[in-house]
Amino acid sequence: MALQAIAFYLMATVTILAGLAVVFARNPVHSVLFLITAFFSAAGLFVLIGAEFLAMLLIVVYVGAVAVLFLFVVMMLDVDFSQLRQGFARYLPIGLLVAGILTVEMVMIAINVAVNGAAAKNATPQASLPDVSNTETIGRVLYTDYVYVFQAAGLVLLVAMIGAIVLTLRHKPGIKRQSIPAQNARTPKTGMTIVDIKPGEGISE
Amino acid sequence: MTLASFSLVWPEVILAVSAMALLVLGAFRGKGGVVFNGLAVLALLVAGAFAIFGPQGRGFAGGVIVDDLSAFAKAAIYGASALSIILSDRWLARRGEDKFELPVLILLAALGMGVMVSAGDLISLYIGVELHSLALYVLAAFRRDDAKSSEAGLKYFVLGALSSGLLLYGASLIYGFAGSTQFDVIAAAVDGGAGQGILFGLVFLICGLAFKVSAAPFHMWTPDVYEGAPTPLVGFFAAAPKLAAMVLLARVLQEGFGGAVAQWQQVVLAIALLSVFVGAFAGLAQKNLKRLWAYSSIANIGYALIGLAAGGEAGVQAMLMFMVLYMVDVTGFFACMTALRRDGRQMETIDDMAGLFKEKPGIALAMTAFSLSALGLPPLVGFFGKYYVFKAAIDAGLAWAAIIALVGSVVAAFYYLRLIKVMWFDAAPGAVEKPAFSAQSIAIAAALFSFPVGLVALAWLDPVSRAAAAVLG
Repeated sequence: MALQAIAFYLMATVTILAGLAVVFARNPVHSVLFLITAFFSAAGLFVLIGAEFLAMLLIVVYVGAVAVLFLFVVMMLDVDFSQLRQGFARYLPIGLLVAGILTVEMVMIAINVAVNGAAAKNATPQASLPDVSNTETIGRVLYTDYVYVFQAAGLVLLVAMIGAIVLTLRHKPGIKRQSIPAQNARTPKTGMTIVDIKPGEGISE
Repeated sequence: MTLASFSLVWPEVILAVSAMALLVLGAFRGKGGVVFNGLAVLALLVAGAFAIFGPQGRGFAGGVIVDDLSAFAKAAIYGASALSIILSDRWLARRGEDKFELPVLILLAALGMGVMVSAGDLISLYIGVELHSLALYVLAAFRRDDAKSSEAGLKYFVLGALSSGLLLYGASLIYGFAGSTQFDVIAAAVDGGAGQGILFGLVFLICGLAFKVSAAPFHMWTPDVYEGAPTPLVGFFAAAPKLAAMVLLARVLQEGFGGAVAQWQQVVLAIALLSVFVGAFAGLAQKNLKRLWAYSSIANIGYALIGLAAGGEAGVQAMLMFMVLYMVDVTGFFACMTALRRDGRQMETIDDMAGLFKEKPGIALAMTAFSLSALGLPPLVGFFGKYYVFKAAIDAGLAWAAIIALVGSVVAAFYYLRLIKVMWFDAAPGAVEKPAFSAQSIAIAAALFSFPVGLVALAWLDPVSRAAAAVLG
């Protein structure tokens, strides 16, 4: 138990510190690297509560794909971050005000909940089945109860793909593309011309 | 889960399959065209018929609710989507910017809105919101070589992503405190005294949805997006997605949080009155008609929200009636806007409309009818929309809110009347081009609905909307 507690506090601290570093790092590449750290330690937290599938998913999807994509975008795009920060001082007071009010409200709610207790009275979490891994459990509901939203989520991705193509794909005229049928259909007749050049005249276009 | 669940989602299945089939067809042909768009319209009509006559019930472990309310909303949404495909067809073709993806995206947006109006838990709520708004972002930026259109798409996307974040944060809090994502379990938790945590989540959820209906103070994207987006699609933006989000909001509030009416009523009311006033006053300074109608739509969402705040069956019915009648006005008005070109340029500002009555009396009359109807002048249908809302508000003891909203509507009268004055009495600077047939006929049909036909249709709409509202009552 003590080992678990140590692991929890270690990873929780790393997650929070890395999260803060994402926001405060000056170099955007460092921000992305800290983001990856945060994902890794959050995955560790998932393992601690016995959700190994979610942990693997977090690493595969977020670290493997999303964060690497971010990294590419940040490094490829020539964004002048000092220019982006120009309005920072101007909007800081109002931003702090809104954030302050929100924080105070959240703390008040948190205190209220801590005093009166959270009220998930009628929600009874289902006991996990002993012989079934949680990958299998997720699979069982994902393709039965949630098949509707699962398919709809697929459509969301389809829309994203269509959108990216509609907004960025351009068919430029004048680009020479390979057409294998056209190449195969080429005969000496279409491919060359025989010109009879008279002596002393040369060839004109 | 049984196969019976699948029979509930026939409209969604039809739309999804036809969107994908059209996508493949378009990709092989490389272009769209009238027949292609016609197929998309046909798919929407078939899906609408299935929505109206299909079986009702709950399916997918509470994720889908099909009832009179969802059938009513789906019929209106699919109809508005079909009209927007017809309107945008020639408009974009004339600019050489027609692509076969447009009807496909509209189909997918309609599908997302259908998911929204029959959402029974927070997950399908979010998926529906995301599906339709992602399609709308792309549609707003559809004229990608136009700087304003790109700006509209980008602004819509960034602020929409922010609102999705708020919505998700609220949803996660609600899930945490209620222990379930399903509306009926949430309702049980609220009745069992779920305390402030769940209400905190609800406020975020309301904020996220207020973004989608562009209610003040979450309205700032609306004028820019409407100004930049292709004109025939703006009528679509202002009609169908708003109805979908309003129905969704009504369902969440009434079904999931019926036990906390006193708490959300004040939030909704504050947003509603703020919208009415922001829409009325900010609209006064606008020169561009698309921006003007953006503010007009903000104000009108305010009235619909007052109906919602009144709560109960009467309140939801008032909201539904108001939204459907407003959809007719806004679709008709943007059909007129789509039709009008002068000197090879789209007529977009109030000054452009000068002398329209002398050149195109039909369209000028139609635009006058839509403006007066949006203003709420009897005997146009817009008046009855507002009548329902104010009556529901007064019956619910919110007479003061109704009076304040009425004041806002008097302020807004100024800009509608100014537009009418410019159209009828000012001198025309040039000749208006011949309008496209589809846009003109939709405009005339909508105008006829907003005056004589609508009054007859009201007798039929009233019981239908009451039956729809009774689901939540």
